[in-house]
Formats: sequence, C-alpha cells, structure tokens
Amino acid sequence: MTATTISPRKIKPTSPFWQWADRHMKWLFISPAVIFVIVLIAFPIGYTVYLSLTDAAGSINRPKDFVGLDNYVHWLTDFERFWPAVGRTAYFTTFAILIELILGLAIALMLRKPFKGQGFVRVLILLPLVATPVAVGMMWLLIFEPSIGFANEVMRWLGLSPQGWISSKEQALNTLIFVDVWQWTPMMVLILLAGLGALPEDPDEAARVDGANAWQRFRHITVPLLMPAIIAAVLLRAIDALKTFDILYTTKGRGGGSNNEVETLNILAYGESFEYSQYGSASALLILFFMLILIVLSLLALARKKGNRV
Amino acid sequence: MSLTQAQRPALQAAVVPQKMRKAPTSRRIMTGLRVLGIIAVVFVLVAPLVWMLLASLKTSLDITNPARTFDFLPTLENYNNVINTQKFLPFILNSFIVAAGATTVALLVGVPAAYAIARFKVTNATAFLLLARVIPGVSLLVPWYYVFSQLGIVGSYGVLILTHIFVTMPLVVAILASFFEGMPLELEESAQVDGLTRIGSFARITLPLATPGIATAAILSFIFSWNNFLFALVLSNQETRTLPVAISNFTAYASVDWGGLMAASVLITVPVMMVALFAQKYVVAGLTAGATKG
Repeated sequence: MTATTISPRKIKPTSPFWQWADRHMKWLFISPAVIFVIVLIAFPIGYTVYLSLTDAAGSINRPKDFVGLDNYVHWLTDFERFWPAVGRTAYFTTFAILIELILGLAIALMLRKPFKGQGFVRVLILLPLVATPVAVGMMWLLIFEPSIGFANEVMRWLGLSPQGWISSKEQALNTLIFVDVWQWTPMMVLILLAGLGALPEDPDEAARVDGANAWQRFRHITVPLLMPAIIAAVLLRAIDALKTFDILYTTKGRGGGSNNEVETLNILAYGESFEYSQYGSASALLILFFMLILIVLSLLALARKKGNRV
Repeated sequence: MSLTQAQRPALQAAVVPQKMRKAPTSRRIMTGLRVLGIIAVVFVLVAPLVWMLLASLKTSLDITNPARTFDFLPTLENYNNVINTQKFLPFILNSFIVAAGATTVALLVGVPAAYAIARFKVTNATAFLLLARVIPGVSLLVPWYYVFSQLGIVGSYGVLILTHIFVTMPLVVAILASFFEGMPLELEESAQVDGLTRIGSFARITLPLATPGIATAAILSFIFSWNNFLFALVLSNQETRTLPVAISNFTAYASVDWGGLMAASVLITVPVMMVALFAQKYVVAGLTAGATKG
C-alpha cells in the first residue's frame, strides 16, 4: 500500500447522520435547487395562470374578480396591438437569427484554421457578447443619432442621404435587428467553431480527393455534419431573441416608441404590467407569449431530432 | 539513364504541370480574402466600442461636432460628472453586491444539483432547468412583484439577489452538469474503495478537481447577473438601483447628456470586458457548454 492511499484504519466510524446523508445523497444534493425552482418559478407560473383569469389591475391589494377567459379573448380578438406585436416578435427573431447564422457560419469558417493572431481575434469576438445590453443599446443610440451620430457621418462620406435609423418609424426595427446581430453573431461563431472543431476530417478529405470543390464540400459535407451544432445554436439564440427586451426598451422606451414601432410581445407585456398595472390581462398575454415560445421551440426540437436521425 | 544535377529541376518544372503553379496563386487570393474578411469582422465588432470610449472622453460640444470625430482634446469631465454629480458609485456597489450574492447562492445550490444530475441521471431536473431558460422574465416578474409587494420587501437586496438567481442558477447547473459528466468516475470509486463515503469522495476528490468548471460557472453567472436589466428595473428602489437601471434613467430627461451616458456605459462594460479578456478560455467554455453536445 502506498503512502497516498487512505488506510481503512484511519477512517473514523461515520455518525448516523452522515450515514443517512450518504444514503440519500441524490435527493439531498438536488432538493435545494428543486425547492428554489418550485418556489421561484413553478409557483409564480401557477400564480400567473390564476391572475390571467381575474381582472387584477391597479393596486396590488385591490380585490380581484374571476373573469374566466375574458382576458385571453380580449387579446386574441383585439387586433389593435396584439397581432402587430406577434408579427414584430416573429420578424425580429427570424431575421436576426437568419443573419446571425449566415454571418456566424462565414466567420467561423474564416477563423477555423490557425493563423497569426487567432487568439487575439477570438478574444475580440467575445467583447460584444459580454457587453451589458443596456450599454450596448445606449452606444448604438448615439451612433445612430440622426444629427450627431457616426452612422449618418459615414452616409455623408459615402455621398448618401442621412437616415433616421432608430428614431425613424420605418427603420427602427431593422436597425435594432442590426444591433442584435452585432451583439449576438459572436455567440453563433463560438458555438459553430466548437462544432467545427469536433468534426471528423476524413469525409472532407475523401471528397477533396474525389475532386469536390470548396463549395461542394461545404454544401454536402460540412453543413450536414455541422447540423446538430447549427440547430443547437439557432435554438439557443431563438430562446433569447424571442424575449429581447433590454435593447428595445432602452432605445425606444415605453410601448416600443411613440408609434409602437418596435413593440414586441415582451415589450407589450411589460407595459401592460408595470406601466398600466393591468396585471390580469398582462398575465393572459404572458401565458400566450409563453405558449408561442414553447411552440417555436418544439418545432426546432423536432427539426433537431430529424437532423440527428439523418 | 540518369539525369545530371542541372537537368533535374528543369525536368520537374516541365513534368509537374500547371496545377502546382496555379494552386498557390488561387490559394493566395483565398488567403488574402480571408485576411480581409477577418479584419472587417474585427473592425465591425470593435469600432463601435472604440466610438463609445472616444465619445465618453469628449465635451458635449465636441460630441455634436462631426469634424471632431477623432480630433479632439480628451477630458475626464464626463466621468467626473457621472461619479460625483450623478453619484454612480453606489449603483456600481449595488450591481456588485447583487451579482456576487446571486453567484454565491447559485454555486451553493447549483454545484450539488449539477453533480446529482450528472451522476444520478436526474433527467427531470434538466427539463426543469431548460424551462427556466425559456420562461420570459416578465412572466415571473408579475407574480414576484405581487408577492414581494405584499410582503413589503420590494427594493431590498435580498429580493434582487433572489430574482437574479433565476438568471445565474440555470447557468451554473448547465455548465457544471456537463463538466461533472466529463470527469472520470474511477477517481471517486477508488476513493470509496479506500473508505471514503460518497459525500466524502465528492467533497475531497471531485470538488477540488472541478475548480476550473466552478470558475467558469462563477465568471459567467457574475457577468449575466451584472448585465441583467429587467428584474432590477421593477424590483429595485432609489437605494438598491443597479447600474443598468441607473444608466437607462439617463435618457429619461429631455436633453440627453451623451458624454455622461457614454462614460456610464464605459464604466459598466469595462469590468465585464476585463473579466472576459483575462478569463477568455473559461468564458468560451461556459458559453458553449451544453450547446455542442447532443
């Protein structure tokens, strides 16, 4: 026996408490987290469902009346702000993720092979990712400021007419998609780089020997093999993009701007809750929003399962 | 028939056809494009941050003057204004207290949970954690606000820390569950053969070996709590206001003090960026944990 092993004689007989703890280690270890989840997540969701069936509004202590599904009916038939918000949420998420995926894939492929300064570039890529979204919103608000911002200065250099960007009713949502792309494309790059790093090299090599060109190898070898990583990245980004709040709220303020031009479901639900104190109807909206997210995610998860089987 | 030394290179050049001479040219073009592409990416990602930094060092007159984009006299006036007039130091401290508190609790609760998930295959718990990622924060804020208001504790550090754990704990568990799964079982088993209990082998063998994973989880959960805006927007008060909320209040006034706003934005982003620079390996590992496998 070597000196480093613990000899049985040195082990003190364990007390009944520790014996009990050891036998129930699994539950002992997991229960604090489970209790936390129940108290802070499961219970609040249940409470939200309950509030969504009441007319809770105004003061917290005001008595609530049960109104059934009225709040849900209100949202689904009130075309004024609900459906446009659904549309904007879908538009924002779809285009932000599409652009991020295409750029992310291109950048990951560029950064894949080693080059001088690779470490440095990979650090720089992290910077937008960890930057505080509120500060990022403020930074772009100044850059896109119509009269003093850098964006219009560049437009003038290029001989183009200055734009309204975030302050414009038509361009605000697209400009904010650009901001989201700036901040989150690096996330795609990181996940796809990790995915690329785990790819086997043989299929690519075999295709090269068989005379496949770079595009064919990318299209028929790299993309299919990378599919699990692509879907994981899209899934992860979709969860966050659907819920985007910080940059929208800090740049456009309440209601997604004076014309509700960037009002997504999340912004709408926040306003209904904490600006108008319509807790009951806001809760119904949140349940609808939550269901929408679950639908989108199950579709993506389905695609993932299919992708894994192929 | 043998060739003379002089003939050999000439023959090689003739026999080995254009293919070899052509390839380097196209490859050089590709390399050139790749370098240009990388430079463009770096420029687009970094230039706005540099712009923010420059603006924070300008007087309000210089900010509004396009001719003074790069040619200006740097001043620390904006920082002085943010810290001394706007009294930002307490907000920085608040952000720090909340992020540190939420990270500590998330580690205390999350490390054992992650271990149990990894070793005992508690798949239900994984689904729960995924749920925590998916739920919109606003949908928890309404019931939280209701309950915390009735208890009269809205605005306390405790509530802020508690709610930020919603952000930090799923992160800690996700990162560490995949970390523990990657650790060999043999070490623990041999420790148990040598007489350690299961909890003993976890505390004395596994935990010390998991330090890199715990560091990753701690760094990322600190960053995410530090950056969180929504919860403190509703649940903090004058005294406990965190940095993101304080910054968002800047635009509430009629005329925006751009210099001050940029200085405040630099103050909030610099700490997380420093962490990211020095702990790059951990940050990357944490952000991609769980995303790349299965």
